[in-house]
Amino acid sequence: MTKRSSWALPYAIFLVLFVALPLILIIFYAFQDGSGNFTFGNFTKFFTDADAIGTFALSLEVAIENTLICILLGYPAAWILANKKLNRSAVTIVLFIMPMWINALMRTLATAELFHMLGIQLGKGTLLVGMVYDYLPFMIYPIYNILNKMDKSYAEAAADLGATPWQVFWKVQVPLSMPGVVSGVMMVFMPTVSTFAISEFLTNNKIKLFGTIIQENINSSMWNYGAALSLVMLVIIGITSLLQDNKKEDVSGGIV
Amino acid sequence: MNSNDYIIEIRNISKSFGDKCILDDVSINVKKGEFVTILGPSGCGKTTMLRLLAGFGQADKGEIRINGEDITNVPPHQRPVNTVFQRYALFPHLDVYENIAFGLKLQKVPADEIDKRVMKVLKMVSMTDYEDRDVESLSGGQQQRVAIARAIANQPQVLLLDEPLAALDLKMRKDMQIELKEMHRKLGITFIYVTHDQEEALTLSDTIIVMNEGKIQQIGTPTDIYNEPQNSFVADFIGESNILNGKMIKDRLVEFAGHEFECVDEGFGENVDVDVVVRPEDIYIMNKLDGAQFGAKVKSCTFKGVHYEMFVETDKGYELMIQDYNAFEPDSEVGLIIRPADIQVMHKERTCNTFEGEIVDETHVKFLGETFECLPQPGLEAGTQVNVEVAFSKVDLIDHPEEGMLSGDVYFLLYKGDHYHLTIMTDDGDHIWVDTNDIWDKGDLVGINIAPQDIKIVK
Repeated sequence: MTKRSSWALPYAIFLVLFVALPLILIIFYAFQDGSGNFTFGNFTKFFTDADAIGTFALSLEVAIENTLICILLGYPAAWILANKKLNRSAVTIVLFIMPMWINALMRTLATAELFHMLGIQLGKGTLLVGMVYDYLPFMIYPIYNILNKMDKSYAEAAADLGATPWQVFWKVQVPLSMPGVVSGVMMVFMPTVSTFAISEFLTNNKIKLFGTIIQENINSSMWNYGAALSLVMLVIIGITSLLQDNKKEDVSGGIV
Repeated sequence: MNSNDYIIEIRNISKSFGDKCILDDVSINVKKGEFVTILGPSGCGKTTMLRLLAGFGQADKGEIRINGEDITNVPPHQRPVNTVFQRYALFPHLDVYENIAFGLKLQKVPADEIDKRVMKVLKMVSMTDYEDRDVESLSGGQQQRVAIARAIANQPQVLLLDEPLAALDLKMRKDMQIELKEMHRKLGITFIYVTHDQEEALTLSDTIIVMNEGKIQQIGTPTDIYNEPQNSFVADFIGESNILNGKMIKDRLVEFAGHEFECVDEGFGENVDVDVVVRPEDIYIMNKLDGAQFGAKVKSCTFKGVHYEMFVETDKGYELMIQDYNAFEPDSEVGLIIRPADIQVMHKERTCNTFEGEIVDETHVKFLGETFECLPQPGLEAGTQVNVEVAFSKVDLIDHPEEGMLSGDVYFLLYKGDHYHLTIMTDDGDHIWVDTNDIWDKGDLVGINIAPQDIKIVK
């Protein structure tokens, strides 16, 4: 080991202690029953429990809906922010990004209070509004970033070859900004799949999401079942991130 | 000539970005099938001109016509021109075939016709079999070829090329020059080529347009531009040259470097100050003084591959550059001859600095935004509008910009054999011309002072 590579040692220790070890523990617990015997029981319990599967499906549904709404709202917003003609000031960008700097829990509590004040019944609608509010900046930022850095000669070349502004947008700028959208999806979809606090506050615990169930199980010392559910979620997250890896485009412009 | 013979007519185009004037009343006519190069240093407005032709950006004033049709306000996608961009701008999400077919698909050309056209242009740029390649996996030269193929696939009437070879290495550039010339011949369409590389311009063009500071300096064939530059900027920018102050004594007789020479120029008048250009390869150098017009001493001699490049100091103290196939040792005494036809005489653009000014009081005059002390001006009341003249050699340049009445930077410099002729751009964007023996570099920040006795007030 050269001298310089030894500098990496603290990080390696950190990774082992706080990333690798917990993951191994999750896998370990997921395949054990309460008395420490190897079993698939936790998984059969989950896949045969209609309630759990229903919650799981609902979580995915909410996460997908949230992500789609964020793309629909976030892409045009990022577009406008990155367009030098429409937006000349850096302040507007900061205004859009600023919510990212405030603790999500606080924002969620404030949103819940707002609904309460306006007399709006808490439910799936309020859950989605709250989630979109929480996660929209995470969609806008990577898309804005990639649009902002995009060489404008691509758009010019397309126009030069006969593309109308609308065709320039759909045939060049949208495909070239896909890495930004993928980054945005990562940053919105993954946390929403596993969230529990937002659903708790914004639906008054009327709607349970997958994250809520994991949390409840772990809280009531059902470690093995909780670990198995976590593993299921990890697989979902793993699959989503594979989507990103398959895109060979350079994503460096996406996540900062 | 009937205006229908021109494919492109650019009339009195002006364009500014903020306070900076990029194009100043530029007019250009281009004939069908011509290879026209717009040549100039960076910032001369050549790229802006090309972008206006392509439709990126609007001119503040003037009119652009293609095929007699006013296209000044036509958006880029409706213009009959295609552009090869400096950094190619190939779409990274499309492969070579899709890049080239991009414009054809937009035009809804039938698929089999697209196929044919793509294969044809790929063949033309020697990139057959590359159609399925990812554009980012191609080398710079190959990307360049695809960019050209993409632009000509649309069969434009005019092909615009924005420094297309700038990113290639020397060897590749030379090869591409020959291929571009060949392509131009085969396609028979009009090429407008923008470059800062004078050698490229001389090699490729039918017509060269030399630009500087948003103005056209000269339009002509490569030989015209090289052999008969119209001003010292063109002479300096194209090729190597000795540029000296001279005096036209009478028709066919000019004095420079302390000697009188026969020349072929007429019509300048008698005893008129002129600029004289002699190309370094046009000075004959020999070992003996017999039969020479004047003598000189060799200061340095460098081998340049094909020829030797020598700097000599003439008997009257002027430094000249000479290129010759024979080497002459430093410190050797040589004789020089310049033939009449090799002397290019040019009108001086100006013989002194002239500014518009206003009298402040008896001993002060305001010009270039500052109030300068001058010699007493009896009879001129405050507020009188005057012209102020300052000789080139009377402008003081100092190292510290903050110690000058004005400050600016060295914008352009010209060696005139025994002194430097500098163009100083003041912070307000005005020009001051200075003759000096001190050595300055382009971009140096300077302070500018003018002594009271050197300010000449002209009513």
